[in-house]
Amino acid sequence: MISFVLRRLASAVPTLFIVVTISFFLMRFAPGGPFNLERPLPPQTMANLMATYHLDQPLWNQYLTYIGNAVTGDFGPSYIYKDNTVAELIGKGLPYSMELGFYALLLALVGGVLAGTIAALRQNSALDFLIMSVSTVGVTVPNFVVGPVLTLVFAITLAWLPAGSWGDGSLRFLILPMIALALPQLAVFARLTRGSMIEALHTDHIRTARAYGLPSRTVVITHAMRAAMLPVVSYLAPAAAALLTGSAVVETIFTIPGVGRYFVLGAINRDYTLVMGTVVLIAIFVIVFNLLVDILYGLLDPRVRHD
Amino acid sequence: MTDKRETILTVRNLKVTFTTPDGNVEAVKGIDLDVKAGETIAVVGESGSGKSQTMMGIMGLLAGNGQVTGSAKYRGQELVGLPLKALNTVRGAKITMIFQEPMTSLDPLYTIGRQIAEPIVHHRGGSFKQARTRVLELLELVGIPDAKRRIDSYPHEMSGGQRQRVMIAMALANDPDILIADEPTTALDVTIQAQILDLLNKLQAKFGMAVVLITHDLGIVRHFANRVAVMRRGEVVETGTTADIFERPQADYTKMLLAAEPHGRKLSPGDKAPIILEGANVAVDYATGGGLFGSSAGVFRAVDGVSIRLKEGQTIGIVGESGSGKSTLGRALLRLVPSSGRYQFGATNISDFGRSAMRPLRRQLQLVFQDPYGSLSPRQTVGEIITEGLYVHEPQLSRAERDKRAIEALKEVRLDPAARNRYPHEFSGGQRQRIAIARAIILKPKVVILDEPTSALDRSVQGQVIDLLRDLQKAHGLSYIFISHDLSVIKAMSDYVVVMKNGKIVEEGDTDAIFESPRESYTQTLMSAAFTA
Repeated sequence: MISFVLRRLASAVPTLFIVVTISFFLMRFAPGGPFNLERPLPPQTMANLMATYHLDQPLWNQYLTYIGNAVTGDFGPSYIYKDNTVAELIGKGLPYSMELGFYALLLALVGGVLAGTIAALRQNSALDFLIMSVSTVGVTVPNFVVGPVLTLVFAITLAWLPAGSWGDGSLRFLILPMIALALPQLAVFARLTRGSMIEALHTDHIRTARAYGLPSRTVVITHAMRAAMLPVVSYLAPAAAALLTGSAVVETIFTIPGVGRYFVLGAINRDYTLVMGTVVLIAIFVIVFNLLVDILYGLLDPRVRHD
Repeated sequence: MTDKRETILTVRNLKVTFTTPDGNVEAVKGIDLDVKAGETIAVVGESGSGKSQTMMGIMGLLAGNGQVTGSAKYRGQELVGLPLKALNTVRGAKITMIFQEPMTSLDPLYTIGRQIAEPIVHHRGGSFKQARTRVLELLELVGIPDAKRRIDSYPHEMSGGQRQRVMIAMALANDPDILIADEPTTALDVTIQAQILDLLNKLQAKFGMAVVLITHDLGIVRHFANRVAVMRRGEVVETGTTADIFERPQADYTKMLLAAEPHGRKLSPGDKAPIILEGANVAVDYATGGGLFGSSAGVFRAVDGVSIRLKEGQTIGIVGESGSGKSTLGRALLRLVPSSGRYQFGATNISDFGRSAMRPLRRQLQLVFQDPYGSLSPRQTVGEIITEGLYVHEPQLSRAERDKRAIEALKEVRLDPAARNRYPHEFSGGQRQRIAIARAIILKPKVVILDEPTSALDRSVQGQVIDLLRDLQKAHGLSYIFISHDLSVIKAMSDYVVVMKNGKIVEEGDTDAIFESPRESYTQTLMSAAFTA
């Protein structure tokens, strides 16, 4: 087990390196640059800026310098938020995104698994149909629609909840963005759970459990549910990585000071270092969660246990 | 002789109906059945006879679209329509079940110890910890070696036979009155099958429960049952003592079923017949494990230095259990898998022939597979399937000539020539196997390797396919290599038998000699395990 974790962590290094390399060059090959503004800067100013940020040096040099610095944890200054380093920006925003994302993940997982299980147990009933229709809506309606609608109904019309901002960080402020963030993932979890649950309920060993007079609750929870959770757990890694690193749309709509916005803003403004910083962040989250999920998977399924 | 034993399960006018998009299907059409205390009653029938669905209906285990009506009384208590809670006090405690598929009947995510303990804890109360002693006792009872260690094993760490033993332990856990065994050994090798049936027999003698044995195998019935109920198309056509059923069958269907046991003999083509296909010192290796880096790849020797000579007009039967290398040997002889050794086809040495050198010879060396469902493309018509080889081997044929050949081939396998415009799914298992045979003989081959061609078929259908193969052999002077684990089929089909184990030949000789006086102990075990009826 320990050697499995160590091996996986070691293999994360080349993965990160490849991710960084590809996004570094992709970013540079995109037209424009961080200082190409609508009103062009005077050539002298431009040259000075480029020199300050070492953007006048050959690309290979810049790349090697970036890698060298990144290894020591220095991701460089942001070109847009001029007084901040990338590490500072992410360090400030990440706790907000992670807290919101954690609640959203919890809501999506619990809600999705519950809805999916109920739908599977009442397969082809009106309730099943209702749950699946709602989850289709959840997947298809983008959160830049869901967000404003939630605000309109619950914050403006009913005035139950605040319309935005982190406020004092209490639950009241988090409910609406949490729902907007969780809804699409909740729908995916519900559909996944329903499908795998229906499959699990038709396996031979469920028939065995029933044949031995085990109560329905035991059959469903101990036997069917555990098998049905396997695909759900697999999806947990990308879902967690996506939710915990924030969402540009949701954070913008509800004015949450998280890191989700940086990826989009950085990309639009050619803020090379900021984009690279968020890429590394997301990559690390994906790697870590995949590892956690693989460990969890091994605990659930003895056939893939890592000894 | 009247049986004074008390009747403990009384089934009256039991019907099982399935609702399907094509309307209601009555799988069981109002049957009567009695189970007496301590007896073994066999419910015999071919696939689709409703023998399993009867038991599933009584136990409340039908699929969602199934419905059971009528009456099934266990010691006076009506089971049909019993609320789930009350039913759950009976099943798993008083009436228990073991199933055909030992590979999938256990939950892969829990240890076998826990799974055996579950019905104990549920029906008798107490904790899993307390149940552990009883589980250990049960595991020893069913002959799991090293029970203290194996109790914490997962199903995937055990063989099929061991898993079936675990199922039996589970079935015995609460001292049942009735044990329903639904084709308990069909998925197992013959020697394992014999062990499992012996075990059931021994345990029944010890604990005195009644056993309801659902099976299609008359050999098993004859050896283990006191009474027999013969089912066909959802009805019981005949019930009686085992002796009566086998000696004095009344119903035509029972007679037919008994007659369907493979019979007849294949005569040897004689010593002077020329050798048509020869493999000397055949060896086949498979790489095992081995990743991209690191872990070293192992080698598994599936066939280990086997020599075989097939004469013109001869049928060599290759017998062995799963993993014995018999199928791999067949493929090696046809040069379909990488293998070492010397190979000769007629006068041609084909040892060094590659894919393209073999191609012109392929029409004379044909292969028929076991699974008549998987080996025919569902998207081609039967005509397209059987004429496909003609495109390669006789490309000069016109469309009309090809069609003529298809009609001939279908007639030869006794199928309606109109079949060539239909699709495989419209045919039964036996008919599909005829289609597969037509595909082989349309090329007018010299040698046909038949890899378990009858194993997926019911006995009565099996008999027809065997007759067909024999007739084709006579008409065209074919040579067969007949691979099977089924000794009664081998006995009826072949004039020479090769017994394989672990990739090697254990024993070989003329069929009569092998069956009458097997020399090797493995062959003897195999013979005694087969219960040929």
